[in-house]
Amino acid sequence: MPFSAQPPASGERYALSASLDNARHLSSLLRAVHFQDHATCLATASGLRVTVEDAKCIQANAFIQAEIFQEFSVQEESVMFRISLSVLLDCLTIFGTSSLPGTSTALRMCYHGYGYPLMLFLEEGGVVTVCKINTQEPDELLDFDFCSTKVVNKIILQSEGLREAFAELDMTSEVLQITMSPDKPYFRLSTFGNAGSAHLDYPRDSDLIEAFHCTQTQTNRYKISLLKPSTKALALSCKVSIRTDAQGFLSLQYMIRNEDGQICFVEYYCCPDENITEAEL
Amino acid sequence: LSRIGDELYLEPTESGLSLRAVNSSRSAFASFLFAPLFFQLYEPGSAGPDTELFRCKVHMKSFLGIFRSLPSLEKSVGKCLILLKPRANRLVLQLHCKYGVTKTHNLAFQECERLQAVFDTQRCASRLCAPARVLAEAVVHFPLTLAEVTLGTCPGGKISLRNYVEEEAEPSKTMVTELWLAEDEFQSVAVAPGSHITFCLKEFRGLLSFAEASNLPLTIHFDEPGRPVIFTLDDTVLEVHLVLATLSDLESNSQSPSTNGVSHLPAPSDDFPDDLESYMVAMETSEGGLEGPHSPTFPLRIPRPADCEPEEEEE
Repeated sequence: MPFSAQPPASGERYALSASLDNARHLSSLLRAVHFQDHATCLATASGLRVTVEDAKCIQANAFIQAEIFQEFSVQEESVMFRISLSVLLDCLTIFGTSSLPGTSTALRMCYHGYGYPLMLFLEEGGVVTVCKINTQEPDELLDFDFCSTKVVNKIILQSEGLREAFAELDMTSEVLQITMSPDKPYFRLSTFGNAGSAHLDYPRDSDLIEAFHCTQTQTNRYKISLLKPSTKALALSCKVSIRTDAQGFLSLQYMIRNEDGQICFVEYYCCPDENITEAEL
Repeated sequence: LSRIGDELYLEPTESGLSLRAVNSSRSAFASFLFAPLFFQLYEPGSAGPDTELFRCKVHMKSFLGIFRSLPSLEKSVGKCLILLKPRANRLVLQLHCKYGVTKTHNLAFQECERLQAVFDTQRCASRLCAPARVLAEAVVHFPLTLAEVTLGTCPGGKISLRNYVEEEAEPSKTMVTELWLAEDEFQSVAVAPGSHITFCLKEFRGLLSFAEASNLPLTIHFDEPGRPVIFTLDDTVLEVHLVLATLSDLESNSQSPSTNGVSHLPAPSDDFPDDLESYMVAMETSEGGLEGPHSPTFPLRIPRPADCEPEEEEE
């Protein structure tokens, strides 16, 4: 049931104002990028983008398009602030995280502008909670400059094929090595842990692979501790696209279908590990 | 095997692949021999004139880590390839999974000496063979934390199992559990009367679960206290041995009734209610000989001296 917000004081306009019938559409996506405490939110007419970064090597973005919201209005061209993602998630799930069918938490979000806190009005079963979360100066974000023209290799997979692999990654290995090639082994994930090395090979004609566009053999290593959090996004998604550019930067894009069947995206960008030694094949 | 030791010994032989383990105190040894017929393909390699067939050991945890989730393995893995590459110093395990996916694990190994316990089932005076289920149902009465159990043969042909109580244990805080199995529970019984052995139950439980799961009868070969007890499982393609050290009589002296106050009931007579093949008597330890307290939960009929009072006899 749509929640009717307290009317804003007359004459006041919010820089950002949005309503969502089911707060889970937002909270589940934010959880998929919650590997650091703080996030940078960017609201534009197209929707909301929440960015989390770590170690200047990895960046995750959660996109919730304006169409997902029942109401979404941004006054200026864009509104940007830094906020505690942990606190935001705690507030969004204040009525509990279990999803009983038929019940959902309705959300109204309001942000006055620079220096003001983010206000959340959450309602479930007639009970209303009001949260005010302080905002901070937004950080400068990394720009991976990853556009489709620079992509060297691209594979689109059904997430089902990778889920178990990521969940069972040998965490005693410092790196996750990704090989993509027009020739064998086509697509290989490797770890080098205490017990020895492990390789997971996907043939290009596997039923799991929906699209295979590899032009060059590339082998890149990424710090496994940075990529492990992407397992959450993988678990939610139905499809994942894996792309690398000439420098070995990695882009993982996850297509996520929410409870109402709407599509949202989460993406992870990661820099290759600098200390590259001869890969063990 | 992981219940026995931390290292898995692999020995390919002409008669099959042998997987073995030993515990740190060298008091338990187990080996599983998979005949060539167990595999779709078995090539043990060839021994040269001066060299033996290659053998190695790997960390148990590393090996088990590859077969982490059995239910999902059963659903997704079609075939498993095991390759021993001495020159590359690697044991390769390759799982061929659904959707054409291949998982290859290259495990580091250590060369090792042949691991073999010294035992000879022919030299054992006693032998029992029972379906694993019977033994599993008997053992379930003992707490999981119980270290040692005593297996004994009683006059009257019954086989008893009792938890072993340390000499130092305080009698008033100890619970003794003893149960008897009738001869006809076993597939075969060839035992020296009045014999008993005490061995580690924990190490035995691992083999018992395996036997139950594979529905194989378990044979127990034993001799005097102090000589190892050997448990074997036999199948057309699998031969399993578990060898456990047993307490020698010197160590198990405290088992005798007089010293620790545990009353040892004689095996009940055969006219005990016929609808129970085997049964359990749980009792508190107490002073005094055969006049042990009645179990509060089970009606008990114990052969008593002639001066017993009628009302103490319950059916």
